[in-house]
Amino acid sequence: MTAPPPIAMLAELTHRCPLSCPYCSNPVEMVSRQAELATEVWADAFRQAAELGVLQLHLSGGEPASRPDLPELTRAAHEAGLYTNLITSGIGLTPNRLDALEAAGLDHIQLSLQGTRADLADRIGGYKGGFARKMAVAQEIKARGIPLTLNAVMHRHNLDDLDRTIEMAVELGARRLEVACVQFHGWATRNRAALLPTRKQTEATKRKVTEAEARLRGTLAFDFVPPDYYSDFPKSCMGGWGSAGLNIAPDGKVLPCHAAETIPHLRFDRITERSLRDIWYDSAAFNAYRGTDFLPETCRSCERVTVDFGGCRCQALAIAGDAAATDPVCRKSPDHHRVTTMLEDAMRDAEGAGFTYRVAPR
Amino acid sequence: MTLALAPGDRPYLPRGVRMRPDHVRGGQVLLAPEKAVALDPIGEAILSRVNGQASFAEIVDDLAATYSAPRAQIEGDVQTFLQGLRARVFLMVRP
Repeated sequence: MTAPPPIAMLAELTHRCPLSCPYCSNPVEMVSRQAELATEVWADAFRQAAELGVLQLHLSGGEPASRPDLPELTRAAHEAGLYTNLITSGIGLTPNRLDALEAAGLDHIQLSLQGTRADLADRIGGYKGGFARKMAVAQEIKARGIPLTLNAVMHRHNLDDLDRTIEMAVELGARRLEVACVQFHGWATRNRAALLPTRKQTEATKRKVTEAEARLRGTLAFDFVPPDYYSDFPKSCMGGWGSAGLNIAPDGKVLPCHAAETIPHLRFDRITERSLRDIWYDSAAFNAYRGTDFLPETCRSCERVTVDFGGCRCQALAIAGDAAATDPVCRKSPDHHRVTTMLEDAMRDAEGAGFTYRVAPR
Repeated sequence: MTLALAPGDRPYLPRGVRMRPDHVRGGQVLLAPEKAVALDPIGEAILSRVNGQASFAEIVDDLAATYSAPRAQIEGDVQTFLQGLRARVFLMVRP
């Protein structure tokens, strides 16, 4: 099949981060500082991405502000014509660096929020004083008028604070709030019992988001990502494998999504060895799960196949043991009982469950 | 807040939202925080008149004259299109 050009690229500039959130989306095996790509390699990757059709570039990590060359990278992306979005915890964004990023053409900041109070936020992030520093950065962003999205990662410990989260987004002048319930990949799978919200919390969240969305229309836009374990149907992961987005890891591996390396039989090309165009259109990894032909009959005969493409490949592998299977979140999946069992186990073990924090790369 | 634009409202694209040509797919695309919207010729015609100076009524007048179309119909189309953008905070207005 012929793939369309990609729209968005996630550039994981580094896996280094001052925080150690127990739901970090980085892989459990992280890339060390020594293995990170040089400034010129990233700049060239951004130009290749723009020529390929990428419109949106997400500068992410780890904490992208851990890279001293962040303003140079932003400038390179801006000059390539990309819309530049910085996905950050805010730690390391001093007023001087914000000046440099604005001058370099940064378009938008997505600031993560671990909690609405210092005690909880610092416990989740595993970084004392982090909340206070983040709030100071948020005020700097607001004063400058840099377009802001607040990304509130939600789970058992902070979902009940949703009302305050929404208030904070409005107070900080954010135009958009992501209410992103933890998805269970990477580090989060080690913290299922501690993080999985209850069904009651999830239902209350849906109601609150719907109500706030109507009340704040035109002031604050919402994007709501429910915890998919409670859904009847899987998420449309990445809008389909190799269909809309791609990801470059800190060491230059080009991935169809940030969790794709958990599929052990796939081999991923590096940006230092092959052009982005070749990798996108012709590599085995990007073609492995394109389209819907690889899916089982359960999916191919389903009217939702063009909506969710059978769900998430990484989740299919992690839970059903086969990356080409129906995402077990789907109630039609023959492996759906495994999700039900995981939910029951998580609820049984939730009381007093501690966090396994992400460990920093060497 | 009501999203409907009054005749004297002057719509504008806020910082972080812009229209640019899509060299790979053709046409124009509206770029906004974490979103890219491919514009059809009608969307492009409307947004190319959104500059923070022209009022909603002036934009509708100009489009009706340019395309020799009934004003009421144009007004409805422009109102719907701009309200959709305003709901996502991709568009703001000055009174």
